[in-house]
Amino acid sequence: MTTALLHDGTAMLGRHLQRIRHAPAILVMTQTMPIVFLLFFGYVFGSALAMPGADYRAFLVPGMLVATAANGVMTGMFTAAQDSHRGVMDRFRTLPVSRAAVPLGQAVADLVTTAAGLVPLLLVGLAMGWRAEGGAPEAVGAFGLLLLFRFAATWVGILLGLASRSEEAAGQLASATFMLPLLSNAYIPTSGFPSWVRVIAEWNPISAVATAVRELFGNAPVPDGASWPVAHPVAGSLAWCAVLLALCVPLTVRRYATGGR
Amino acid sequence: MTTTYAVLSEGLEKRYGSGGRAVHALRGLDLAVPEGTVCGLLGPNGAGKTTAVRALTTLVRPDAGSARVAGHDVLADPQAVRRRIGVTGQYASVDGDLTGRENLRLFARLLRAPRTRADDLLERFGLTGAADRTARTYSGGMRRRLDLAASLLTRPAVLFLDEPTTGLDPHSRNGIWDAVRELTGEGTTVLLTTQYLEEADRLADSVVLIDGGRAAHRGTPAELKARTGSYAEVVVAEDAALYAAAAVLDQLTGAEPTLDPERGAVGVVTLDPSLTLPRIVRELDAAGVPVVDATLRPPTLDEAFLRLTAGREPHHFTGPNSLTEAT
Repeated sequence: MTTALLHDGTAMLGRHLQRIRHAPAILVMTQTMPIVFLLFFGYVFGSALAMPGADYRAFLVPGMLVATAANGVMTGMFTAAQDSHRGVMDRFRTLPVSRAAVPLGQAVADLVTTAAGLVPLLLVGLAMGWRAEGGAPEAVGAFGLLLLFRFAATWVGILLGLASRSEEAAGQLASATFMLPLLSNAYIPTSGFPSWVRVIAEWNPISAVATAVRELFGNAPVPDGASWPVAHPVAGSLAWCAVLLALCVPLTVRRYATGGR
Repeated sequence: MTTTYAVLSEGLEKRYGSGGRAVHALRGLDLAVPEGTVCGLLGPNGAGKTTAVRALTTLVRPDAGSARVAGHDVLADPQAVRRRIGVTGQYASVDGDLTGRENLRLFARLLRAPRTRADDLLERFGLTGAADRTARTYSGGMRRRLDLAASLLTRPAVLFLDEPTTGLDPHSRNGIWDAVRELTGEGTTVLLTTQYLEEADRLADSVVLIDGGRAAHRGTPAELKARTGSYAEVVVAEDAALYAAAAVLDQLTGAEPTLDPERGAVGVVTLDPSLTLPRIVRELDAAGVPVVDATLRPPTLDEAFLRLTAGREPHHFTGPNSLTEAT
């Protein structure tokens, strides 16, 4: 059972990596967007904030890393919807393939490309003056958390993509997910938000993860009087990832196996 | 000797949606395909052909009824069914973003077939030259050959072909037909859905005509044609006589003749065995219709098909969904 999953999952992982090799444009675009956003927020929008520019950029870089990880929802949804509406997923369903292998292969392939894609973003961050101020173990922990969050976000995306009615519908919903980091502390602190928006933003998993990554990199302290996941960011982030994975992995595998039939 | 059936279904039911908008795709479909034979599933669009294939290949869970494929129950043991079948068709396809070779190697890996088998099949289906291009750049015929090759990495006991030659040029179509014949020669059972009656006529040992989600007629292609009587066609000397000839044929057969003004021809399908060519010519002569040519022959499968599915809704061939709406 486990060996079959490993064997089939590796085959599916290989498939996704080959696809990226044949059509690298999508990957380049999804990697470039956060860099453009980073420059734009850091030097254009950020100039309107009360925070001094250099402090804001140190605050923004970890936020952008987390927002990029959250894009796993979008990428996951897009890829899964393509597969399920172009017949190839039905072909996989007629094969004696382990039922979890197809979504697992996609999620792991995404993790590999995300890890590679974080490098240029970090380099731009470094050029903007951002530094990991904390210790090395904390920095490693921050990267681990980023990838774990990306993994969880991708499963949310795969589930939504499999449940989509058409490729177009999934595409529209996927593009709308760019708003998720706007409703969090990824780009700006929530302290100035209207109180009800602030409640929503602080219960947004992105806020907990962004706060945790800032804390681990030693970029910004935990804000006062925040919601539980933000006030205890590392534990809160791990809890969010655990909840998302515990919900989405079984639902996704089930949805894949039945094909919504 | 008892017949072993590679595909056996009883009372398959499938309904999509609910309430007033529900579509009853299968209404008790019975199928029995003996091992090593080719069965053609024919039917108008929306008749339930594709749903039938999806149910038998474990893609759709039937609401009622049972089905065994290659000796395994599709509901109780779908993985065992999947180990014995190949599925090729419009809806279950290859990955357009991978090359032909990558596609076959991926499927070979998933099916635990040797990697060399993938390369052999590329060769056999004339795809070696295009093996390292992504499948989306393939022509329809190449894509269909790649698709079929992916089903042959292991020797499937039952091969499902869902409209395998739709949209292909005659040359590519012949290539697919040859491959299917070769397979059945090796003992594979084939279940084929098609809209091309010629395809069923050429390939199938038995034909099941699906209409409204159940088997409306079944038999060999020859039996199906026999059941629809004969096809009478008259060619008249002048256009003006076309309608007079049609009126005579209508009176003789009680069926509605079809007119082909360009050829000056009127044709009609008749079930009446007592209708002979001399009688047709006599009646036309008596009515003063100038006849140039008259023939009476067994119908083509196309004509039989039109005739057998014409019962409930005379114009259901005009639109792809009209049959669904009529039910």
